Amino acid sequence: MFEFKLPDLGEGIHEGEVLKWHVKVGDTIKEDDPLIEIETDKAAVTIPSPRGGIIMTLKGEVGDILNVGDVIVTIDDGNGVSVAPTETKTEEVVETPVKVEALALSAKKVEALEVESGRPVPAAPATRRLARELGVNINIIKGTGPAGRVTLEDVKLIASGEALAVADQAAKAEAVEKDDSCAVAEFAAHASTAIPFLDIDPMPDFAKEGPIEIEKLRSIRRKVAHKMTTSKILIPHVVHMDEADVTELDKFRREENALREGQGGKFTLLPFVIKAVIAGLKEYPALNASLDPLKEEIIYKKYYNMGVAVDSDRGLIVPVIKNADQKNIIQLSDKIVELAEGARNGNINVADLSGGTFTITNIGPIGGTGFAAAINYPEAAIIGLARAQDKPVVRDGEIVIRKMLPISLSFDHRIADGADVARMVSGIIKRLSDPYTLLLEI
Amino acid sequence: MVMGSLTQDAEVVVIGAGPGGYVAAIRLADLGKEVVLVEESEDLGGVCLREGCIPSKVLINVVDIGNSAVDAKKMGLNIGEVSYDLAKLRKWTGSVVDGLTKGVRLLLEKRGIEIVHGRAQFVNNNTISVDGGKVTLNYKHCVIATGSRINELPTAYDLPLWSSADALKLPEVPKRLVVVGGGYIGLEMGLVYAGLGSKVTIVEFSERLLLGADPDLAGVMIKQCEQRFERILVESRVEKVEESGDGYAVTVDHNSKKETIETDQVLVAIGRKPNTDNLSLENTDIKIIEHGLIDVDNHNRTSVPNIYAIGDVVRGPALAHKASREAKVVAEIIANHNAEFDNRAIPAVVFTDPEIAWTGLTEREAHEQGVNYKLGKFPLRALGRARTMGRTDGMVKILSDPETNLVLGVGMVGPHVSEMISEATLALEMGATLEDLMVTIHPHPTISESIMEAAEVAAGSAVHIVAPK
Repeated sequence: MFEFKLPDLGEGIHEGEVLKWHVKVGDTIKEDDPLIEIETDKAAVTIPSPRGGIIMTLKGEVGDILNVGDVIVTIDDGNGVSVAPTETKTEEVVETPVKVEALALSAKKVEALEVESGRPVPAAPATRRLARELGVNINIIKGTGPAGRVTLEDVKLIASGEALAVADQAAKAEAVEKDDSCAVAEFAAHASTAIPFLDIDPMPDFAKEGPIEIEKLRSIRRKVAHKMTTSKILIPHVVHMDEADVTELDKFRREENALREGQGGKFTLLPFVIKAVIAGLKEYPALNASLDPLKEEIIYKKYYNMGVAVDSDRGLIVPVIKNADQKNIIQLSDKIVELAEGARNGNINVADLSGGTFTITNIGPIGGTGFAAAINYPEAAIIGLARAQDKPVVRDGEIVIRKMLPISLSFDHRIADGADVARMVSGIIKRLSDPYTLLLEI
Repeated sequence: MVMGSLTQDAEVVVIGAGPGGYVAAIRLADLGKEVVLVEESEDLGGVCLREGCIPSKVLINVVDIGNSAVDAKKMGLNIGEVSYDLAKLRKWTGSVVDGLTKGVRLLLEKRGIEIVHGRAQFVNNNTISVDGGKVTLNYKHCVIATGSRINELPTAYDLPLWSSADALKLPEVPKRLVVVGGGYIGLEMGLVYAGLGSKVTIVEFSERLLLGADPDLAGVMIKQCEQRFERILVESRVEKVEESGDGYAVTVDHNSKKETIETDQVLVAIGRKPNTDNLSLENTDIKIIEHGLIDVDNHNRTSVPNIYAIGDVVRGPALAHKASREAKVVAEIIANHNAEFDNRAIPAVVFTDPEIAWTGLTEREAHEQGVNYKLGKFPLRALGRARTMGRTDGMVKILSDPETNLVLGVGMVGPHVSEMISEATLALEMGATLEDLMVTIHPHPTISESIMEAAEVAAGSAVHIVAPK
């Protein structure tokens, strides 16, 4: 019997949602036949079977979340019984992650998971039910009760992630004894999430007040929740606000669009803003950096990968324009259209969804006079564009009508201070107000 | 019912009102589902209630009382000849069964479950028709709980031999009765008729009676059977059954030695087959595996995701309590609960005299699977309560893990073990160790003390027996 664990799906991806099973229990499968389609927050991947044989069990139904390391399928390969992976072997797998570059994964490296035989672990029915509900595979837990009985507490500990990887208590003690710095650090990191005064109480019974509907937090919604909570709790946000006079730029853009009638896409203000922002980032590199709070280091990135927030049916997606500083306005414009379309119809490469150094979010097409965007962790800043509109402004002592673009820049106050950020935003505004300045830097 | 056809939409259709189907229907209704229950028979409760578990236990109880009364003569009970009033016995059996079937109907009706009588047949994956179109039901979910029926003896297809269902109706007490099949049904019914006065011959194909039970457990019961039955033939195949005078001539092949047994009646108890061949399953994508069983996963889901199957139509022992548990699991899954059939033990009980019961790992399975175990066996002759009853024929044995003392399986034979097996099953479900059974206070004097004692034997610290040094 061969137990196949969900392999590493790429950097930073710990779980995926089951989109489709290609097999069912009882099917005979050949090595490399497609097994399961999984959607991560980055992309959908098809995982082939590492073994041939008969499918004995499948874990998870369409819509369920599977964690990396979960046993997702057992295959009767005629090689006798094998169950419970040991902790060491799990680590071996972590050390040899399967690359995600190609959408189809080769999962052959996970063979190391094969281990000794065993019957189901001793555990009371109520404990087994709890494990099921918390999505914990109870059969890989080495229980702390007599005869290795798994207790309710064991299951809760595993589910909370506070126990080490496979939660083999003996191995855990051993790890501490050997002063395994890595394991200890992980433990400490979890313990430090206890924030004073932070209460996460159970929800009140809303159903008492009126009809409700419950939806599971899944896929992109869940990822956004993770990202935003991390961003808002970890980063001290400060927002700087200003307006850019884009009258000239808008005129230039419209004239260009008129000339280019029928020759591909139209220019929006966005590629121009990207150019102006990159010029600003070059002057103020702190806003293209990341702060590592564990190592107490600031990591300055010498490349400019611009994330553009896109509103899709599946939720917020941020495709990234790689090396945006090396693209001209036309190339940027084309790339924006390509990525936005890909993001909207779910047809986008994993590579196009990661690696950003700075993000632009544009609420302008929908409306708004300004907003404070949340930083796309672990970046240092995000720029938010609201709607550009004609407004009465004073120029040379007279009221004139100009097209004004509200700009807000949320930044990480650990890395940068307000004065520098105000200078940088002024620079961006100057470039947007005077297309010729911008031209000089292209 | 209106003439012509009636098409109806149903959230859940349950087919079969036995201990699988009616339990599923009730649980589904309690979980807020709209349920239509389709049952072929006019009476609810299935084979178990109408012509299986329940009526057989009524008869076994009466015969046990009769046998006990005879046994008690030597203890000082003055009693004349024990005899049975068949008419009264039939009426009593009928009243017990009627009471229970009506009870089931009441439980269903009080919950607003619609009951449709007729034979269900699948039209496609989402539709069944009842009685060839009398009613057509389009369902979201379906639960197949159609159970099983008695196997017939191919060599005597046309003769009016008794099935266990016929025998339970007590048509008569034949002078001589041949029971074909030495499994639990054959033995239970054979003992009933032996108690009522028939000279019973058991004909079993395999090398001993009750092959499913461990030999030491079966052995105690077989000793009793040897006293109560006229003859026990093992390794014997029924070659043919012919009419002979007012009765039958049964030709038996015993290791190539042929013998013809003259008898007044023949009771055929050679197993059951699943009711899957009359459901038009070919109109669905449901996968059928060996012996006509329906293929399901550990959620009892068939290869059609919205159709579930439970009880005798799927793998595992054909037992009412297994069907009822599967029924609850399936009901919860349909109601979107995170349920699973993950039971560690399905107890087996044989209502012979003495009773036999086992749960979890048997010794035979341990040998087959190469599982190491430590055995603790406690004989009832060392138990006070067993002595007071004059029933010292029996034992409790516990298989445990030699390293951790985890209880792996329990087997028992003796009076009341059908009741005691639940303690052992709970121990298995909870992951109990020998110590858990040893420190639990068992009331004195009861037969149940033997579980505690057997655990002590296994742990090497028994009070009431002298361990061989």
